[in-house]
Amino acid sequence: MSELGVALPGRVSEPGACGARRGRVMIARCLRLGWRNTDALITSLVLPIVLMLLFVYLFGGAIHTGSAYKTYVLPGVLVLCAGFGSALTAVRVTEDMSGGVIDRLRTMNVGGTAMLTGHVVASAVRNAVSSALVLGVACAIGFRSGAGLTGWLGAAGLLMLFIVAISALSAVIGMLVRSAEAANGCTFAVLFLPYPSSAFVPIATMPTWIRGFARNQPVTPVIESIRGLLLSHPAGNAPWLAIAWCGGIVVASVAAALVLFQRRAGEG
Amino acid sequence: MTTDAAIEAVGVRKAFGDHQVLRGLDLTVPRGIVFSLLGPNGAGKTTTVRIFSTLSRADGGSVRVAGLDVRTDRQRVRSRISLTGQYTAVDVAQTGEENLQMVGELAGLRRRDARRRAEELLDQFDLTEAAGRRAGTYSGGMRRRLDLAAGLVGRPEVAFLDEPTSGLDLPARQAMWRVISDLAGSGVTIVLTTQYLEEADQLADRVAVLNDGRIIADGRPHVLKQQVGGRRLELTFTTEPAFDSALRILSHRALSRDQHALAISVGTDGDAARVRALLDEIDPDRDRVRSFAVHDASLDAVFLALIQKDSSHV
Ligand SMILES: Nc1ncnc2c1ncn2[C@@H]1O[C@H](COP(=O)(O)OP(=O)(O)O)[C@@H](O)[C@H]1O
Ligand SMILES: [Mg+2]
Repeated sequence: MSELGVALPGRVSEPGACGARRGRVMIARCLRLGWRNTDALITSLVLPIVLMLLFVYLFGGAIHTGSAYKTYVLPGVLVLCAGFGSALTAVRVTEDMSGGVIDRLRTMNVGGTAMLTGHVVASAVRNAVSSALVLGVACAIGFRSGAGLTGWLGAAGLLMLFIVAISALSAVIGMLVRSAEAANGCTFAVLFLPYPSSAFVPIATMPTWIRGFARNQPVTPVIESIRGLLLSHPAGNAPWLAIAWCGGIVVASVAAALVLFQRRAGEG
Repeated sequence: MTTDAAIEAVGVRKAFGDHQVLRGLDLTVPRGIVFSLLGPNGAGKTTTVRIFSTLSRADGGSVRVAGLDVRTDRQRVRSRISLTGQYTAVDVAQTGEENLQMVGELAGLRRRDARRRAEELLDQFDLTEAAGRRAGTYSGGMRRRLDLAAGLVGRPEVAFLDEPTSGLDLPARQAMWRVISDLAGSGVTIVLTTQYLEEADQLADRVAVLNDGRIIADGRPHVLKQQVGGRRLELTFTTEPAFDSALRILSHRALSRDQHALAISVGTDGDAARVRALLDEIDPDRDRVRSFAVHDASLDAVFLALIQKDSSHV
């Protein structure tokens, strides 16, 4: 064993890493942990593809939406999967908040910002990969987009914004609840949000009482704009609505997460 | 203003709801020593450590750590301390090396320096062979050692260890004791909590006993033990004459006697040579002492004695 006699002379003089460094280290950590959580990784990569195949081949024959169903449904599936994958952030955050890890991080001046950055960015990367996989399989089974580069970029940008919004919102949930099970329960709420929207069937085919909700909930403009951008349909004001919704969710969530982190971590 | 003490706590109070956990805790820990906060389960050890390590705020009183006020100078205090909590803070999905490297980078080390520091600590804590394995595959003892190593990566001035050996089996506990003993004299102040007098005795230069929200005794472990009787050597004799002659020889050294059971107890430190010498002294022909046993002064006995003394002062 070596001596620790050198402990004091080589002391780190600055008060820990700077904010950006901390954020970077936390992103690397969250990515690595996500990558190594094999079960969750497989779920988040395979489940979306299975879901899409399910919609296209199982329901596709029965649902008539006016265009080839796989073309109609793909934006919905993308959003559904991205939402689900992002919502898993809640479970990750809860695990971090309830273990001994959080105390160590706090005594190292790692605050809510670095924590949130790590989890949200890692989630964005994971979901970008899984969205790309879904898209790849969709193209392989015949999805064709008439969109040009701007359409694709716009759709990708909106999807990323949606992913960041849901990830941040889920981080808030992760800081609120006390157990991973509870956090998991909340992800299912997010998983179901796309159903009462235009994701899988046109809103006009729904019972009237649900239409109001379906038209005005945040997932609808996201799906409408991604569909519009990918299929070169006019999307009206949907993209602006989507940006407003997602931007609002991000801002509110980040603020709430930082306050909650302080409060939650400061107790006891 | 800096002071010479690693920790200076005055009148610290803390309540959870109407449960008053700390009721005016006073404590001074000199720099560079191994200090142990001893107390039974629920005494408030974790609460105290959390306040000292900036994780929790006291309701009243003042605490300076490494010369800085934990309330007003939080950030700077944090850059000088580390906490190894009661529950391990290692990521089980990261390898031992990755865990240490991450902590090093968070502490402000460059990537390369963080790697060097990680290697150094892995070696020091006997984890070099396991460095590339995920911490989830480690034994409980290895995980605790890794956790402790993580607490030292940033070269803290004061390292807090909250019950570093709880839940470990004897070999793992002893390995942990060795590692902590090796840290003594390295310049870092170690503040550890424990429920075991024996552990405090093994590791600490100084011990403070926490009871009912206050420090009721504070000093060197062996002095503390002497105050409350330390260990006892209990001798049982074969016959009444043997008992009587031993009692004559031991005279005031006998702490207690039981004529009926032919038993006498004397103080001991458990040292074999001294026990043997004592036996030879009272029983040269080896026919008077039928049996003997060494009893530890249990923590309960220590507390009882201290609490009695404490309340007699009030
Ligand atoms: N966050 C908390 N909320 C309410 N009570 C608490 C909290 N933390 C500790 N306590 C109570 O404070 C007392 C001391 O706890 P603790 O400091 O953990 O003791 P120790 O570490 O010595 O076992 C216990 O009675 C415990 O139930
Ligand atoms: Mg405790």
